[in-house]
Amino acid sequence: MIKKNITSAFVEKYSTIIIFLVPALTLFTVFVVMPIFEAAYFSFYRWNGMGAPEKYVGFKNYAFLFKNGIFLNALKNNFWIIFVSLFIQLPFALFLALFLANNFRGAAVFRSLFFLPYILAEIVASLIWVYIYKGDYGLVGAIWGLFGADAPWITADKEWALTAILIVVVWKYFGIHMMIMISGLQGISKEVIEAAKIDGAGPVTTALSIKIPILWPTITLSIFLSTLGSLQLFDLIMPLTMGGPSNVTHSMVTYLYDFGVGRMRLGFGSAISVVIFIICFVVALIYQTTILKDKGYN
Amino acid sequence: MQSKLSKFYMYLFLSFLAGIILVPLYLTFISSFKTLGDLSSNVIGLPREWIFSNYTDVFGMEYFWSFAWNSLVYGVLTTVLTLICASMAAFVFAHIRFFGNRFLFNYLLIGLMFPFASAIIPLFLKVRDFGLLGTYWAVVLPQIAFGLGFAILLFRGFFKQIPPELFDAAYVDGCNYSNFFFRITIPLSVPIFSTVAVVTFVTSWNNYLLPLIMVSNEELYPWPMGIMFFRGEYDTDWSMVLTYVSLTLIPAIVFFLLAQKYIIAGLTGGAVKE
Repeated sequence: MIKKNITSAFVEKYSTIIIFLVPALTLFTVFVVMPIFEAAYFSFYRWNGMGAPEKYVGFKNYAFLFKNGIFLNALKNNFWIIFVSLFIQLPFALFLALFLANNFRGAAVFRSLFFLPYILAEIVASLIWVYIYKGDYGLVGAIWGLFGADAPWITADKEWALTAILIVVVWKYFGIHMMIMISGLQGISKEVIEAAKIDGAGPVTTALSIKIPILWPTITLSIFLSTLGSLQLFDLIMPLTMGGPSNVTHSMVTYLYDFGVGRMRLGFGSAISVVIFIICFVVALIYQTTILKDKGYN
Repeated sequence: MQSKLSKFYMYLFLSFLAGIILVPLYLTFISSFKTLGDLSSNVIGLPREWIFSNYTDVFGMEYFWSFAWNSLVYGVLTTVLTLICASMAAFVFAHIRFFGNRFLFNYLLIGLMFPFASAIIPLFLKVRDFGLLGTYWAVVLPQIAFGLGFAILLFRGFFKQIPPELFDAAYVDGCNYSNFFFRITIPLSVPIFSTVAVVTFVTSWNNYLLPLIMVSNEELYPWPMGIMFFRGEYDTDWSMVLTYVSLTLIPAIVFFLLAQKYIIAGLTGGAVKE
């Protein structure tokens, strides 16, 4: 009798495990993991997607990619996006978080306001800025008009188009990092801050030598998330410039979309995919090891 | 005295920033009430004459409603199925000890750092070979798969806080794992279900790259592709484009104000915990 109960409990346990896990594991394996390996395989072929890939070209797709000026420029643009995200956006978000983590009058309203751009669809945020940047009836046009000058068409100007994108990136994303840091700051125990106050630390000293060090794991997380996000930027660029003028504002993903998918060069596109994957993977690896190292010290 | 002055400067600075956030939204909104002529000669001011024909024109378009309907279908299917798959998996990871538990959990988590763009070409081919192109599933299934890692992470964190004693007690009363999940875990976890639902729905609603790859039939366009389509059609009449954008902003902002608690809990909670 007892034995039967144990067996049925065993069966119940493992059938629950299987039934509960299979949907998630199947979907994940088929649509997330397998595509990465398939992309790696396709990247060695010249292929337009019809029939099976047959024309093996070895590393030619990669070789072409790294000699291609437009791709190298896209890589450089991704670097600039990361640079601005890390060295302008994040310090700015941290600065605001240090203010807005306190509950003074109006703090909640400002928090929501600064967070608002983040929840708008990228396409929508970007289109709003297309309008702002317009030389004829946008805000930029109007401001130049006040001085009687003909407005520059920022998004069509090789010198300015990338800057225009970078401004929208900061506008759209600083709010989420501010929120992440605020929630980290609010987790710091009041006693620590009080103790510092009693020891005579002013708000600046408290921020620099207590809050920021305690917050550091959260800040590294923000660094990681915004680096990964910057490497995959696509939606914001499409309405603004579509990679133009003359292909100077491509990111790796808009390049992939334009030159791989758009022209049905699927082998070549897969090579771009693999490069994007490897770069993201290395970033994740660096993040993991620094986190583990930090944990080791504590 | 001095702190009053610094407070003044702080509010001044914050209001200036608020202006940078709000001015683009405000200009978009008021411009939707302008005629095209008014729009080009009077950028910053209120409309000289408030017109509503832009709105009636947009509302009169059949595909405007079909874009909204499609996005709703994509969003609801993705959200419901993500909640089901992710909560079941997370329950197993949180409450059942078995060989491979940790390994499978980590396997699903690596998905969090997979760049979606890297998968688009094989995804497209796979969906084509499955015969799903031209159906809602072409967008829904990959969306679920890519959202699972984050959803499971959030669910598992929450389920872990349910005390194991509760299960022991239920077990004595003859309750097995699946009973426990449906009768006890789910009723106790309404907040986390709401959080995951809101984040999943918003992500689906805003998604652009995936439908751009998968959907070629205008009748199945979701909202963001609809806006780009509309922009192409009306590139010479931006007061129409801005009306469309305003009609996107208003529900988004209302939804944000209502669901703010869940959105922030989902985004920061998932980020800060693990």
